[in-house]
Amino acid sequence: MLAQTVIPDFGGGGACVTQNRTFCWDWFSAHWGDTFQPALLQHLALTGIAVGIGFAIAFSCALVAHRRAWFERPFSGVSGLLYTIPSIALFQLLVPVPGFGLTWVTAEVALVSYTLLIIFRNVLTGLREVPVEAREAATGMGFTPRQTLWRVEVPLALPAIVAGVRVATVTVISLATVAAYIIDAGLGAPIFHAQQTTFKTEFIAAGVLAVALALVADGLLVALQRGLTPWARRRAA
Amino acid sequence: MGTFFDAFRFMVDHLGLLGNGALRTFVLSAAAMGVSMAVALPLGLWLGHLHRGSLVAINLSNVGRALPSLAVISINLALLGLGFLNVMVALVIVAIPSLLTNAYVAVDGVDREAVAAARGMGMRPWQVFSRVEFPLAVPLLFAGARTASIYVVGTATLASIAGGGGLGDIIFNQASYGLPGVVAAAIWVAAMALAVDLGLGAVQRLLTPRGLRAEPDAPVVGPPAAGTSGASPAGERLEPAATAVAR
Repeated sequence: MLAQTVIPDFGGGGACVTQNRTFCWDWFSAHWGDTFQPALLQHLALTGIAVGIGFAIAFSCALVAHRRAWFERPFSGVSGLLYTIPSIALFQLLVPVPGFGLTWVTAEVALVSYTLLIIFRNVLTGLREVPVEAREAATGMGFTPRQTLWRVEVPLALPAIVAGVRVATVTVISLATVAAYIIDAGLGAPIFHAQQTTFKTEFIAAGVLAVALALVADGLLVALQRGLTPWARRRAA
Repeated sequence: MGTFFDAFRFMVDHLGLLGNGALRTFVLSAAAMGVSMAVALPLGLWLGHLHRGSLVAINLSNVGRALPSLAVISINLALLGLGFLNVMVALVIVAIPSLLTNAYVAVDGVDREAVAAARGMGMRPWQVFSRVEFPLAVPLLFAGARTASIYVVGTATLASIAGGGGLGDIIFNQASYGLPGVVAAAIWVAAMALAVDLGLGAVQRLLTPRGLRAEPDAPVVGPPAAGTSGASPAGERLEPAATAVAR
């Protein structure tokens, strides 16, 4: 799909394109609409879906592990194993699995698996660092365990939880560039495409957009973290 | 599932090819780790010893974590072209943040009372560093090296698109090796990353001073609980930098 739209026209373009100079702004702005903007939006979708699903799984599992401590080791073990596998290898390992293939499902399963360890560990650490006094006070006020969890423990763990989401998001943005190798979507797609043509403008445009997206997302999530947990500002180093 | 069967057959048939690829990826990763450590460790340890520059040392790993390594390779492809220099620059950029940040935090976080006691015993600054701060910093320092080396192995695989060679050449060349070959190489890359992780984890435990071996089961590799306060004692403190770059 992208391949048809982004093949640089080495013959008919301006001098900058035909000579493959470092960066041709004209080419970039001419192809923003048909190449880079869609790639950026696909990248956001890939990331959003992966972090959303990853959060749902890891958060629930962290709650289980908070109540039943034995659950921590198997979950950390498996998610740690997945986390260690290099992304390009994991994508390629999932492709031959029946029902996966070169689809978004494959990409998302791999991306989700990288979020699990990060979010799980942060949520669990956050819940465990809740001061005993706060828990006892909640019990003393007659809170049920469920009320204690949702009204005391989770709110107090928010800084750690949001920090985990932040790290997971930035990680997924980074790894989603690699996903383009199997699904031809996201900001990695122009990179792999430029690899075929060695067109410098496309290399730089896609690379810089991916870096910028990661940095902006990181900055926004820091802001969210501060906004959601004003009481934690003193602690944050 | 037949593909996996074929992948194992590919491994048997092309053991030499995979072995050479793995060796090349390993040597490349080791060289990149060597360069990165030579740059990052002295700087991080020195800043940590002085308790200065925390803003840079800690934020660097945040920025580093946010850098997609494929994007770095891509930009380098335009600026530096194909070849060793591109690959090395990308790998070093991937490795330095977690090395530098962990080195800084490791020394900076050494129990101030231990340092004061060492001074009280008449140790010179260099002795305080080499006999007290450094040994106590080793576990965290090593955790940083472990994290960094996993990212480097992953990035070294990606870097074959920039002419890095190794197992990535097989993974990115389905036209020549077929899906079984690609899957076989992917299995080798995954196994290599896990082996590096487990091996360095074992060394890390050996190098940890006995007094710090508080937790029987060392934390699994991977990122820390970022954003939580580092109030726990040095031995069980989580890694500060989850430098998760595209691997």
